[in-house]
Amino acid sequence: MKVLVPIKRVIDANVKVRVKADNTGVETANVKMAMNPFCEIAVEEAVRLKEAGTASEVIVVSAGAAQAQETLRTGLAMGADRGILIQCDSDPEPLAVAKLLKAVVEKEGPELVILGKQAVDNDNNQTGQMLAALLGWPQGTFISKVEKTDGSFAITREVDGGLEKLEIKAPAVVTTDLRLNEPRYASLPNIMKAKKKPIDTMTPADLGVDVSPRLTVVSVTEPPARKAGVKVASVAELVDKLRNEAKVI
Amino acid sequence: MVSYTAPLDDIRFLLYDLLDYEGQVAGLPGCEEASRELVDAVLEEGAKFCENELLPLNRSGDEEGCAFENGVVRTPKGFKELYEAFCEAGWNGLSLNPDYGGQGLPKTLQFVMTELICSSNISFGMYPGLTHGACNALELHGSDDQKQTFLPNMIHGRWSGTMCLTEPHCGTDLGLIRTKAEPVGEGKYKITGTKIFISAGEHDMSENIVHLVLAKLPDAPEGSKGISLFIVPKFLVKEDGSPGARNGVACGSIEHKMGIKASSTCVMNFDEAEGYLVGEPHSGMAKMFTMMNVARLDVGIQGLGLAETAYQSAAAYAKERLQGRSLAGPQQPDRPADPIIVHPDVRKNLLTMRALNEGARALALWVAIAVDVAEKHPDDARRQEADDLVALMTPIIKSFFTDAGFEVTNIGMQVFGGHGYIREHGMEQLVRDARIAQIYEGANGIQALDLVGRKLGQNMGRLLRRFFHPVQDYIEEGMTKPELAEFVAPLAKSLSRLQQATLWIGQQGLKDPEEAGAAATDYLNLFAYTALAYLWCRMAEASLANLEGDRAEFHEAKLATARFFFQRLLPKSSGHFSAIMAGKAPLMEMKEAAF
Ligand SMILES: Cc1cc2nc3c(=O)[nH]c(=O)nc-3n(C[C@H](O)[C@H](O)[C@H](O)COP(=O)(O)OP(=O)(O)OC[C@H]3O[C@@H](n4cnc5c(N)ncnc54)[C@H](O)[C@@H]3O)c2cc1C
Ligand SMILES: Cc1cc2nc3c(=O)[nH]c(=O)nc-3n(C[C@H](O)[C@H](O)[C@H](O)COP(=O)(O)OP(=O)(O)OC[C@H]3O[C@@H](n4cnc5c(N)ncnc54)[C@H](O)[C@@H]3O)c2cc1C
Repeated sequence: MKVLVPIKRVIDANVKVRVKADNTGVETANVKMAMNPFCEIAVEEAVRLKEAGTASEVIVVSAGAAQAQETLRTGLAMGADRGILIQCDSDPEPLAVAKLLKAVVEKEGPELVILGKQAVDNDNNQTGQMLAALLGWPQGTFISKVEKTDGSFAITREVDGGLEKLEIKAPAVVTTDLRLNEPRYASLPNIMKAKKKPIDTMTPADLGVDVSPRLTVVSVTEPPARKAGVKVASVAELVDKLRNEAKVI
Repeated sequence: MVSYTAPLDDIRFLLYDLLDYEGQVAGLPGCEEASRELVDAVLEEGAKFCENELLPLNRSGDEEGCAFENGVVRTPKGFKELYEAFCEAGWNGLSLNPDYGGQGLPKTLQFVMTELICSSNISFGMYPGLTHGACNALELHGSDDQKQTFLPNMIHGRWSGTMCLTEPHCGTDLGLIRTKAEPVGEGKYKITGTKIFISAGEHDMSENIVHLVLAKLPDAPEGSKGISLFIVPKFLVKEDGSPGARNGVACGSIEHKMGIKASSTCVMNFDEAEGYLVGEPHSGMAKMFTMMNVARLDVGIQGLGLAETAYQSAAAYAKERLQGRSLAGPQQPDRPADPIIVHPDVRKNLLTMRALNEGARALALWVAIAVDVAEKHPDDARRQEADDLVALMTPIIKSFFTDAGFEVTNIGMQVFGGHGYIREHGMEQLVRDARIAQIYEGANGIQALDLVGRKLGQNMGRLLRRFFHPVQDYIEEGMTKPELAEFVAPLAKSLSRLQQATLWIGQQGLKDPEEAGAAATDYLNLFAYTALAYLWCRMAEASLANLEGDRAEFHEAKLATARFFFQRLLPKSSGHFSAIMAGKAPLMEMKEAAF
């Protein structure tokens, strides 16, 4: 079974994100970038499936700037077999990514696609679901466990108030939640081997996909700074403020 | 908790913008794989491992320390698992020989990783550090058979290493050692004696411990010319290469000490333990020195590593701690006080830390690249040149970096005020951990004697020329660039003083060795300040060229730090110069009984 793992390059989760001066987006120049943590979990799961003999090949794919190649190398160092870079001029939107991935799935024929449930930059939480819909495949989102059974996957999903166990038919799309696994550190020998693993580069045009944006960003701003609190003298004053200033009661 | 993020930005600036890593190292035979891309990937993963795995066990390791019971040493909670993960990821063999399972990456990368490890958890770093030194000695001097038996397991880390030099009555003067080695045939010896202060001498993290022991053969000449080097494994190695019967070496106790508490410091008793001679009889001192030279550079980096964590923590604290108002009027009128970073004195403290750290890192990597060139360059002359520079700079790095390590961690504590002195924030641990580096691997006073007594005169001053010539050339060229004047002029002054002091010591020392001894430490410090000035000048030049680029903020900060170094720190070298020129009289005049 081939496993495809789409991964995204995002601003490192430990970096304090700054809004660009012209409010068109966030500052990414000279900011430390890393693989989206949910995608790391996806790669880890795929590599574990391969180590267990369940998967035969793990392919990592990323759509984005040329530097996404570094992120693919990280995936290869964790144990993926080869990479695909779909080089885009600007950050593609979730629907465009889903279409690109659909084209890759049709070329590669994986039985399982594992994505992160969301990327920590935009928190969209859409790509996996859109891809499953476009392919007409079953989807299992926010999973904390996945096992291959005969012709299907037994999955456990994290839902409000508990765990949901489902069986979905192969081929399928799943998206990872935090507790699926703890991603490994790449070992030095594997970092060195990763350099020699192949990465195919292509463009959206090669895949026949139009990635022009459909959304318009109006403006990006910092959240308002928290104002200092005030001490109230009495309950009556508090009630008054809640009613007349905050207008919450 | 201390704050620490591996300073990869600064490291990349040094490797790629300043020191031409790609031209100097990536092209060397055996380093072809170590492209910039690979180096970046390795450093990023290494940084992640240090920040997320080593750092969290640093304070708990200090609180818990090592425990000794019935001859067994237990390392603090989590260390064993950490060590296993560290070895499994291949970090132990980063720059070691690929023929025996190492990764064979450049030494330059090892320097960087050593800094990151020491910043995160120096006590932990002692264990792989000692193994690393022992592997180097075995690789250079061991027989093929010895290498086959020990190196693969040691490079992996499954077996660890030690160096057993010190005895109760001798640390600096190893000529006095009493541990005996008696030949019993078949290349085997019985080793008997007591070693003290042996780092990683006993612990629970590796399957076997391979001791490299200095001992004397029955026919040994007196003094340091009569010392031989032996391998003494904790468990004898069976035919199939696995550890077998327990050898006659045991840990008698561990020391209770000021810092590096998670690193075991052991009394090791050798009782007719089976040992194997490394190389020729009576050649042990020279062999130990190959191990010690690497180790001395490593210890220098320990100082830098701790100092970096102290700086980062202090800088973060100074931006948050509200205390007093700026002398220029309130900066944050809506708050009860301004953050202490507004105060000139606090800034002086932070900039002292930063200028020493970044200068030291530049010097370390300049020398690190020379270590790779000395080892791998195809041209004999280039190898020799680089080797000379490393030999010259080794005592300077060991001594100056560890003195600075103590000073900087201490300043870091000062910035935290009373909160630095109590344990909670981890600042006092940095001070305690830094202190030992000034003592072991040859106390710093001994490093100064090595510089003055051995390195200055070696090959008619050839080693010195490896530093003086490139710096002189650089100054001459720099004089033609007006934008560099503010940096080149003080560098030139510093160099000319250093040359004057060198000449003075050369002349006086010939007549009276005590004069050289009296000048040694100040001379080493004057030398170090000049070397730092040279690298700060080059860094300032590189940053000036990049002020318009997309990393302007980084380069502006570099330049500000460079200016601080030249105007507020380098003047300290004048004090060292005056002290040297005062000669030995003020030191030797007082009668011993008066002390
Ligand atoms: C935590 C720790 C870990 C250690 N780890 C190891 C280890 O793994 N292996 C090992 O073999 N040893 C180890 N040591 C020992 C260490 O290397 C010695 O302590 C060090 O070499 C100094 O020797 P000493 O303590 O006997 O001091 P001494 O040699 O007695 O020196 C005392 C002072 O006199 C000065 N002095 C001595 N001789 C001269 C001279 N000729 N000229 C000028 N000044 C002089 C020294 O600079 C020093 O300041 C360790 C020590 C400690 C505390
Ligand atoms: C072991 C111990 C015992 C103590 N005993 C007592 C006691 O018995 N009674 C008691 O009342 N207190 C006691 N203290 C508190 C001690 O006096 C304070 O810690 C000390 O005054 C420093 O204050 P701070 O810790 O708040 O540091 P801060 O005031 O926050 O200072 C932090 C750093 O900023 C610098 N700084 C602050 N303001 C300025 C400024 N305006 N200009 C330039 N630099 C500035 C300081 O020099 C320092 O380096 C004790 C503390 C300790 C650790």
